[in-house]
Amino acid sequence: MSVGFLMLCHTALDRAAQVARHWAERGCPVVIHLDRRVAARRHARLATVLADLGNIRFCERHACEWGTWGVVGATLSAATVLLRDFPNVRHVYLASGACLPLRPVAELQAYLEARPQTDFIESVTTEDVGWAVGGLDLERFTLHFPFSWRRNRRLFDRYVTLQRRLGLRRRIPEGLEPHLGSQWWCLTRRTLEAILQDPQRPVLDRYFRKVWIPDECYFQTLVRRHSRQVDSRSLTLAKFDFQGKPHIFYDDHLQLLRRSDCFVARKIWPQAGKLYRSFLRDDAADAARAEPNPGKIDRLFSKAVERRTKGRAGLYMQSRHPNPGWENGRTAAAYSVFEGFAELFENFAPWLGKVAGTRVHGHLFAPDRVQFAGGEPVYDGGLSSSAALRDYNPQAFLTSLIWNTRGERQCFQFGPGDRQEIARFFAADPNAQVSVISGAWAVPLFRSRRPVAEIRKQAAWLQKVESGHLTMLGASWVKARVRVWRLAEFIESPMEPLQTLMDEISPRALRRLTEAPRLVDLTGFDQFLHSLRNEGMKPVLIGDYPARGEAAIARRRQPLLAGGS
Amino acid sequence: MGIVSTIRLRLARNRWQLRALRKRRELAPVACRTGRIRRDDILLFSTLRNERVRLPYFLDYYRALGVDHFLIVDNGSEDGSRDYLAGQADVSLWHSAASYRRARFGVDWLNGLQMRHGHGHWCLVVDPDEFFVYPFCDTRPLRALTDWLDASSIKSFSAMLLDMYPKGPVGAEPYREGQDPFEIACWFDSGNYAMTRNPHFGNLWIQGGPRARMFFADQPGRAPALNKVPLVKWRRDYAYVSSTHMLLPRGLNLVYDEWGGEKASGCLLHAKFLDSFASKAEEEIRRGEHYANSHEYRAYQAALGDRPDFWGRWSEKYINWRQLEILGLMSRGNWA
Repeated sequence: MSVGFLMLCHTALDRAAQVARHWAERGCPVVIHLDRRVAARRHARLATVLADLGNIRFCERHACEWGTWGVVGATLSAATVLLRDFPNVRHVYLASGACLPLRPVAELQAYLEARPQTDFIESVTTEDVGWAVGGLDLERFTLHFPFSWRRNRRLFDRYVTLQRRLGLRRRIPEGLEPHLGSQWWCLTRRTLEAILQDPQRPVLDRYFRKVWIPDECYFQTLVRRHSRQVDSRSLTLAKFDFQGKPHIFYDDHLQLLRRSDCFVARKIWPQAGKLYRSFLRDDAADAARAEPNPGKIDRLFSKAVERRTKGRAGLYMQSRHPNPGWENGRTAAAYSVFEGFAELFENFAPWLGKVAGTRVHGHLFAPDRVQFAGGEPVYDGGLSSSAALRDYNPQAFLTSLIWNTRGERQCFQFGPGDRQEIARFFAADPNAQVSVISGAWAVPLFRSRRPVAEIRKQAAWLQKVESGHLTMLGASWVKARVRVWRLAEFIESPMEPLQTLMDEISPRALRRLTEAPRLVDLTGFDQFLHSLRNEGMKPVLIGDYPARGEAAIARRRQPLLAGGS
Repeated sequence: MGIVSTIRLRLARNRWQLRALRKRRELAPVACRTGRIRRDDILLFSTLRNERVRLPYFLDYYRALGVDHFLIVDNGSEDGSRDYLAGQADVSLWHSAASYRRARFGVDWLNGLQMRHGHGHWCLVVDPDEFFVYPFCDTRPLRALTDWLDASSIKSFSAMLLDMYPKGPVGAEPYREGQDPFEIACWFDSGNYAMTRNPHFGNLWIQGGPRARMFFADQPGRAPALNKVPLVKWRRDYAYVSSTHMLLPRGLNLVYDEWGGEKASGCLLHAKFLDSFASKAEEEIRRGEHYANSHEYRAYQAALGDRPDFWGRWSEKYINWRQLEILGLMSRGNWA
């Protein structure tokens, strides 16, 4: 006989009885502490159920409100009984009614026998930041906590703040080095007896009675005074979520628990019948006798906490609706907005799709309909090409599109003729790559061959919208990767900016562009601009378009085409 | 929010409750087995009319999840629904011949019943064509969810309505009694939902899906709301305001995280688009007992004339809750 168990129980007593019986029948004495708030009737029933087992004891009952001394008082009482009644016990294992042994008792006994002097108790100094979930670590030892955190949370918080402000502090008793750690430990008889028989115990108990959550620091601190060898980890697998509540294990965790090689796990959902059936059997002994390795379970739970606190970037859904600035990524993936390119190149969309391997849409925010790639009426995720549906919530439209197409970069055209509302959204999005050829809206007007007098008004309007748009793109809050070229400057040497953009879109490709998009025929464009100017509209956003005219442009076009296939 | 709006909402809640008490008088018990409800039972509340063919699967689905007792209001069924339900041992049934519309589409009746029988219980409020799916629903019973919600001090649980449709014209394949409706209507839209916050009640207002795309493309504001909070640890001073879309006190509507994280949520798979849909639409227009003068049904009927097919190559075929989670329609939150 080498290990005895202390069990702190308050609910699901049937399950607790089942586990206690499992241990007791395999020769491990068990002392059960039952919360005083549990009805006497249920206590009696538990005692009856376990009456046939000679090595089960019940100890004096304390009211165990979470975070208060009662839990430590209960542990001390139970430990006293166990050490007194079972002199053969060499290790004492503290467990709860929601614990479940994952490995056969014999394996635990062998493990402990091989380490007869070791105390398994997580015990970290308060300087080790981040052990405790939520705020208090050293302050647990130095502040007063007269109000219940469960019942009077507001008072609790306010009193903590008040003490901080006034600088009120309790003195930590001489020779005590505050340590924190998981409540669930396994100590040697020698250490536990030293703690129970410490001559200073009345003083220490009085001090710890008023410490916050003493069950996570009483033994963890005192063990440092008495132990010869502390292994600072818990043999019990117990994980906590972001609010400090224990994660619960269900039937579908069976394989994970099996592979963890931990000795005991908590908390188990009382109705997880499959877990209880599988682990409270003796023929599970064929498992490898490995060191406990809760890595996989750690990952599962830390992912869950991350999902709860950070969520998936760019996702807007029924249970994730971040306030502005808290999106943790406004959109799910990088995307490109091209302004003026489709106007200047005849085959921009197919060319871009080919060289960059991305999905290239037309003007997604065109006023009449959404121009999805391939002119589809419905796109990925069921997005409709109806302009009314899109304009009802343009932001939802764009974020949905980017979310739905994760894994494939999206590119779309934008311009002053489109619905402008969305521009403020993508301008502030670090995922957006916005490339503008300013003044390119003039090219389709020029190519329409309509009389200049007729289109002057429209040109003025487009210029005004684009000018406002460019001013916005220059604002200090803009987070998108913005590049702006004036039309005149761009057609001077189009390959260079295109190469830069392609390198950014597919950085791994790292190759020179061999095929160039076809520039539209701009013969006569300078005269068109001239007439616009004469009609009273000054095309300022185009830049210094060479008035020398066709010859120069024609020469520029040649090498560009020659570079193509 | 200021004290004025708090008081105003409190008064509104009291008004709905009084109304529920008044409307409860319209309910005549047909089979009252509420004495069998135990302290921790999970209860399901529903209002229905002429849903006989759907009932066997509906009841079995929720029994399998772990619903302990059904409390149902029958609004004048003529197809034997009433006798069928009255014969079920775990169903308490009331009958009302009064106006569905004037009971605010059944909300008043159910508020009244919940006030009386739901206090302290986890209550699920669903229509007979809504099927609740939650994280781990294939391996953990509903009780596991409610226990976890209790332990996490969460009082209400969101489940967005997800419209399911068949491939091909609606109604091409008839629904047989007892059949899983999602053998026929197993397709859905995965990513065309738009949501805005309702500043008054604090709930999200979600619109979109196949109905918005097919019937409301030119007037998106009228598309039906898809946000629902069907699972609530009920207290007698709670009240649903409009269907299960929103509740008072409005803290119950805060089922979403505002700081970037994801709260746990589920979906209500909506088996509306079966062969019964066309006849139902016709009947509802005739009765004029539905929301906004049955506008929704009118829109359907206009479109139904040409046998609509919701399906397209971007439609997603339903597999399980994990798929819905990956698509971002629901979330495990920190439940693992």
